Amino acid sequence: MLAYIARRLAQSVLALFVMSALVFVGVYAIGNPVDILINPQADQAEIARVTAALGLDQPMWKQYWSFLSAALSGDLGKSFASNVSAITLILERMPATVELALVAMIIAIVLGLPLGLWAGLKPDSFAAKSIMAGSILGFSLPTFWVGLMLIMIFSVWLGWLPSTGRGPTIDVLGLQLSMFTWDGLKHLLMPATNLALFKLSLLIRLTRAGTREAMVQDYVRFARAKGVPERRVVSVHVLKNILIPIVTVLGLEFGSLIAFAIVTETIFAWPGMGKLLIDSINVLDRPVIVAYLMIIVFLFIVINLVVDILYTALDPRVRLSGARA
Amino acid sequence: MSAAATLARQGSPLREFWRGYSKSRVAVAALILLLLILAVAIGAPLISPQDPYDLKQLDIMDSKLAPGEKSATGGLYLLGTDDQGRDMLSAIFYGLRISLGVGVMSTVVALAIGIVVGLISAYAGGWTDALIMRLVDLQLSFPAILIALILLAITGQGVDKIIIALIAVQWAYYARTVRGAALVEKRKEYVDAAICLGYNPVRIVLRHIMPNVLPPLIVVATVQVAHAIALEATLSFLGLGMPITSPSLGLLISNGFTHLLSGKYWISFFPGIALLVTIVAINLVGDQLRDVLNPRLK
Repeated sequence: MLAYIARRLAQSVLALFVMSALVFVGVYAIGNPVDILINPQADQAEIARVTAALGLDQPMWKQYWSFLSAALSGDLGKSFASNVSAITLILERMPATVELALVAMIIAIVLGLPLGLWAGLKPDSFAAKSIMAGSILGFSLPTFWVGLMLIMIFSVWLGWLPSTGRGPTIDVLGLQLSMFTWDGLKHLLMPATNLALFKLSLLIRLTRAGTREAMVQDYVRFARAKGVPERRVVSVHVLKNILIPIVTVLGLEFGSLIAFAIVTETIFAWPGMGKLLIDSINVLDRPVIVAYLMIIVFLFIVINLVVDILYTALDPRVRLSGARA
Repeated sequence: MSAAATLARQGSPLREFWRGYSKSRVAVAALILLLLILAVAIGAPLISPQDPYDLKQLDIMDSKLAPGEKSATGGLYLLGTDDQGRDMLSAIFYGLRISLGVGVMSTVVALAIGIVVGLISAYAGGWTDALIMRLVDLQLSFPAILIALILLAITGQGVDKIIIALIAVQWAYYARTVRGAALVEKRKEYVDAAICLGYNPVRIVLRHIMPNVLPPLIVVATVQVAHAIALEATLSFLGLGMPITSPSLGLLISNGFTHLLSGKYWISFFPGIALLVTIVAINLVGDQLRDVLNPRLK
C-alpha cells in the first residue's frame, strides 16, 4: 500500500512538471503582450523598457527557469494588466467558483440519487421512462444554451431571478460567500442549476445502473428472505453498495465542474476564476492564464491522486492488482 | 437445413442489420431526422430563402424582426432576423453546414490518428506502449473543454485551429479504445496463424487486426461527432472558436445573447433548437447502432 502511494505520488509530481512545461511554453508562444499593454504612441526605447521590466527579453528557457523557481515558492508572477500578483487575483475569485461548483454538486446529488433509485427500482414505470428521457436530454442539451434559456425565462419573462453577478456576500470563516443571504441565494440558483444539469443526468444514469445490478444480487434476496422490509433493503443494503462507485465518480467530477464553471460563469457574469480566465485570454494576460492553468492542473492531479488512494483503500481488488503492476 | 436456405432466411448482413435497427421506432425517426439535417446542411445554398452572407441581399431596415414578420419588400421571415437584418432560417441552414462539417471532419481525422497510435501501441508493447498510454492517461484526466480552451488560447481563432483543437481533444480516447480492442485480438489464434504464415507485422496489423477492431469504434465515433459539435458550439460561444466570417450555430447563439435581455429571444433560441435536435438525433442513432452491433446483446 505504502509503495503504491509513493509510486502514485511520484507520477503526480512528474505529471505536474510536464504540464507546467507544456502550459508555459504554449502560453508564452501567444502574441506579444507588450503590443497590447503599451500606449501605441510609445517609442522604441519605451517598448524596450517595458519588455525588460516584464522579463520578456530573456530567452525562453531562462524565463521558464525563473517561472519554475518562483512557482515553487508560491509566486506565479504578476498580472500584466492589473499589476497584482496573479495568484492573489485567482485566489480572490476562487471561493465564488468553489461555492458555485459545490451548490451545483449538492443539487445534482439531492435530485439525482432519488430519481436514479426510482428509475432503477421500477424500470418499466412511466415515471422511470420519463426520468431516463430527461437524462438523455440533460446530456444532449448544450450547457451554455440552457443557461441562456434560463435567463430568458426566469429573468426576462418572469423577472423572478437576477441574471448576472453574485449578489451580496457575507464573510464566513474569512471567505466571501453568497449562499447564506436570501438575495445571494437567488443569484446562485440559476447558475448552479445550469452547472448541475449535466452531472445530474450522469448521476441518474449511474444510480439507475447500479440499482438494477444490485437488486438481482444474492444479498438482496437473502435480506428479503430474512424478512427485512423493502424500505430497509433499498435504503441500507442496496444504497451502501452502489455508493462506492458513485462517490468515486463524484470525486472525479468535482474537478470537471470547476472546469465547466468557465462556461456558466461567462453566461451569468459570475465573478469566479473561470470568467477571470476568459477575460485574461482576451487581453493576453499571460501570468494569470498560466497561474490559472497551473492551479487547475494541480487541483486535478490532487483529486485524481486522492480518489485513486481512497479507491484502493475501499476496494481490496484494486489493491491487489496495483501491487502486482 | 441447407446453407443456402439459412442464408435466404437471414438475408444479407445489411438487411439483417436493418431488421435489428428498425426494432426501435424512435431510432428510425431519429435516423430520418438526421438524414434530413444532413440534406439541409449540404443543400443549404439551394434551399435557403436568402444568402445570409451576401450583403447585397441584406436590408438593415429588416433588422431584429420577430418570427413571422414580413420585410419591407414583402419577403417573409419565418424565424425572424438578427441585428444585421439577416434571415435566421437561412443563417441556421448555413450554420448547420459549418457545425456539422467541423464536427465530422475533426472526428474522422481524430479517429484515423487514434487508430494508428492505438494499433502501434498495442502491437509494439514495451516502453512505446507505456509512453503512449501514460500520455493518453494524462490527457484524459482533464476535461475536454479545458484542453480545447488551452489550445485555442495558444493558437488563436480560426476554422483550422478549432478543428485542430477538437482533434487533439478526441484522439486519446480512440487510441485507448483501439489499443484495448487490439490487445484482445492480438491474442487470438488467427493472429498466431498469420504470424506462422510469415506475414510482416504491418500486414498483420492492417489486414487482420484492424478490420476486427473497427466496427465498435465506428459506433463510438458516431456519438463523438455530437460531442464535437457541442464542444465547438461552446467554444464559439465563449468567443474562442469560429471566426465571425464562418458563423457556426454556436456563434449564432452567441450573437443573440446580447439581444436576449431585451426580449429578442429568437436570435439565440432557434439556432439552439437546431443544435439540440442535431445532437439528440445523433445520440439516438448512435445508441441504437451500439445496441444492434453489440455482439453480447445478440
